[in-house]
Amino acid sequence: MLEHYLSLFVKAVFVENILLAFFLGMCSFLAVSKKVETAIGLGLAVTFVMTITTPVNWAINTYLLKDGALSWIWSGFANVDLSFLEFITFIASIAAMVQLVEMVIDRFSPKLYAALGIFLPLIAVNCAILGASLFMVERDYTLGESIVFGFGSGTGWFLAIVAMASIRTKIRYSNVPNGLKGLGITMLITGLMSMAFMLFSGIQL
Amino acid sequence: MKALEKLFDKYRPQFKKGGKYEFFFPLFEMTDTILLWTNERTKSGPHVRDALDLKRFMMIVIVGLIPATLFGIWNVGYQHYQAIGVAASFGELFTYGLWKFLPILLVSYAAGGFWEVLFALVRKHDVNEGFLVTGFLFPLVLPATIPLWQVAVAISFGTVIGKEVFGGTGMNILNPALTARAFVFFAYPGKISGDKVWTAIEPLKDKIIDGFSGATPLAVAASTPAGGNAVQHAAGAGFHFMDLFYGFYAGSIGETSTLAILIGAVILIITGVASWRIMVAVFAGGYGAALLFNALAGDGAAGMFTLPAYYHLVMGGFAFGAVFMATDPVSAAQTNTGKWVYGFLIGVLAILIRTVNPAYPEGMMLAILFMNLFSPLVDYYVVKANIKRRLSRAQ
Repeated sequence: MLEHYLSLFVKAVFVENILLAFFLGMCSFLAVSKKVETAIGLGLAVTFVMTITTPVNWAINTYLLKDGALSWIWSGFANVDLSFLEFITFIASIAAMVQLVEMVIDRFSPKLYAALGIFLPLIAVNCAILGASLFMVERDYTLGESIVFGFGSGTGWFLAIVAMASIRTKIRYSNVPNGLKGLGITMLITGLMSMAFMLFSGIQL
Repeated sequence: MKALEKLFDKYRPQFKKGGKYEFFFPLFEMTDTILLWTNERTKSGPHVRDALDLKRFMMIVIVGLIPATLFGIWNVGYQHYQAIGVAASFGELFTYGLWKFLPILLVSYAAGGFWEVLFALVRKHDVNEGFLVTGFLFPLVLPATIPLWQVAVAISFGTVIGKEVFGGTGMNILNPALTARAFVFFAYPGKISGDKVWTAIEPLKDKIIDGFSGATPLAVAASTPAGGNAVQHAAGAGFHFMDLFYGFYAGSIGETSTLAILIGAVILIITGVASWRIMVAVFAGGYGAALLFNALAGDGAAGMFTLPAYYHLVMGGFAFGAVFMATDPVSAAQTNTGKWVYGFLIGVLAILIRTVNPAYPEGMMLAILFMNLFSPLVDYYVVKANIKRRLSRAQ
């Protein structure tokens, strides 16, 4: 059992890195990767939110939305299928979690709160987080699996953004052509990163 | 020498600012500094007074590559005549290898050099010496059968996306030669993987002997059945340890002979051009990881798990990557502690991929690229730890 969870975790971090294999969560990845410290902060926040929202959304999906999920309330609901509400409920629960994280960070690290700025509330619409929840539904994970998967995807995202931030620090003095400065070169680096991450593709776990 | 110097002095004003051929100054500068000494001083600090400039630095790498190149050229011929079962003299083997290798090298230099010079002219920076090495390393990690147009496309990608968009030598994040290699690997996998590509054969002319497989030792070892012994399996296909060490097997042109590569490594270490820390760390990491897999190998584990550590180090591109690719001073970690971490992880990852990833028999190239990405992060933490330690000492 433990082995299964471990391999799911490794898969989510390296083999199917949510950012470099699926290109989810790109906007904040590109915008908040200028400094390593900020990147670590945002990465931790995303990891935290993902680890919580994926199992929460699992519960919502299993007990409220899925086809026949409501039958635990009354057997007459056995044919009710609310899965068309998936997106809106998932986003709502993610937004609630983000509010929570925001308050925690504001209370304990005002510096990080200021550094993250607008991108903290924007985690609510970070597609990587919604993506993790949707993958969880699509792949029929159990509760335990969805916790591990959420944590693994978050860790993978964290790893990618921190690596990107350190690379951008390194190339600060590089003589990048004017047209490519900023976002352009960052996009190119992202491509090169995901090429190197192909290292793990094909590993069967 | 004096005459040359006079000639350059005579024409220099025409290439200087305001001169007739101002646009071509990088080209003039390139020829000048290759043939003669440069009096130029660095414009901003820190200044180091040394006879060794970047051009000489890069030339030493080329010198270090010569043993592996010569062996590789010979080996291309050797593998060819082995495959068709014809006895040939040393001269014939070498000529055949040269006939295969030279076009690849020329295309690599021509196509890559074109971009290099174009960027230098348009962006008005000097032609980067690093390309001498990139253009030479790239053919050595290719099979002899690679189509020349693919060489041109890949080296263009490696030079432009891998290096020039960052501003040229010293500013890139990935090793350009490996970027080109990875490009060709993912874009045209049919020409750079499998069993058919490693031995140069003329399909129309040559008759291949019975029992010829063309598989690389790594592919053979990876195909060891579960529960089997990889050493015996490799020996069954004709791969013994000393042959592997000397390099008598099919593979990329320059990577096969660990002996020749070690001679190059000695040159690089004595001259101080490449970091011995990285080389030692890569070998240590690879050795340790392989030992770990040996210990994990039980009943029913894939046969590759049983391959001993010293076999791993002499097979495929491991030695070549450790000596010439991982030590690239630009894309590697910069701090001494960082170099140990960086090298060690390359070794571990390369063996990990060889053993557990069925998609690639060889993992060295991508392991180095992967650690290139993380070397700035490793450095960042080493520097932070240094600051912390010194602060605590001051208090």
